[in-house]
Amino acid sequence: MINLQTELKESIIEQLNLEDMEPADIGNDEPLFGDGLGLDSIDALELIVLLEKDYGIKLTDPAQSREIFVSINKMAEFIEANRTK
Amino acid sequence: MQKDFSIKDWVKIKDGKISNSKNEIFNSSEKNLDVFLKSVYDFLELKYPKFHKMDGLSKLGILGTEILFRENSFSTDTALIFSNNSSSLETDRQFQESTKTFASPALFVYTLPNIILGEISIKFKLQSENAFFIAESFNAELLKNYSESLLTSGKTSEVLCGWLNLENGEYDVFLCLISSEINIPFSEESLKNLYFAEND
Repeated sequence: MINLQTELKESIIEQLNLEDMEPADIGNDEPLFGDGLGLDSIDALELIVLLEKDYGIKLTDPAQSREIFVSINKMAEFIEANRTK
Repeated sequence: MQKDFSIKDWVKIKDGKISNSKNEIFNSSEKNLDVFLKSVYDFLELKYPKFHKMDGLSKLGILGTEILFRENSFSTDTALIFSNNSSSLETDRQFQESTKTFASPALFVYTLPNIILGEISIKFKLQSENAFFIAESFNAELLKNYSESLLTSGKTSEVLCGWLNLENGEYDVFLCLISSEINIPFSEESLKNLYFAEND
């Protein structure tokens, strides 16, 4: 799980072009949107693509993303339970 | 009585060089566009994380505008009248490539040239008229007439106008800030002279 969280942080930094940011800068329970990491709606779409591309998870209900993209820990839990690759 | 307008300042970004009406600001031999744009961002000591998410055309527009607006006072009603030849083709191609695997939403949002006008408006809090024209080549008459129409009709007090082109990694940026302050006369001839100087 620890490795998955670090892997996720690295992927998010690369995929969302979070320049000048290191995995250590992102807390596992830190909110990804709003006051936390400050991601926006386009970033949310990129995260949906990331789930499918890297873990074979296709979100059919966009509303689901609100519950999954809360924090790195929440994302990691969801990936562990649903990954196909 | 016809009011006269002037080119208050201008900026050029081409072949690794950046200059304005006073002097050369930056010079780099870097050929990779992304590396070049990042080096200019660092040189200007910009602190704007959203910059890194933008496409090349938008980054060029933000950098050019930043240079002009740092040196000159500007109004929030400053209109943006841009033009180019290749529209958003550079990003359109990148997006098309991404559709072969996973279409990128972050690329898709930049598949229109006028997105840069929104990016500039957001960064500099402009609430103004804007337009992005696609032309065969640099069209001084179009820029002059459209800008002057906005200025004389009272829709704006200043105009940021010019050419912002990017294709196959080659960039050509020439932006002018037009106002009623006395400086270089705002005319087709002045625009052509400034744009074509060292551009031939």
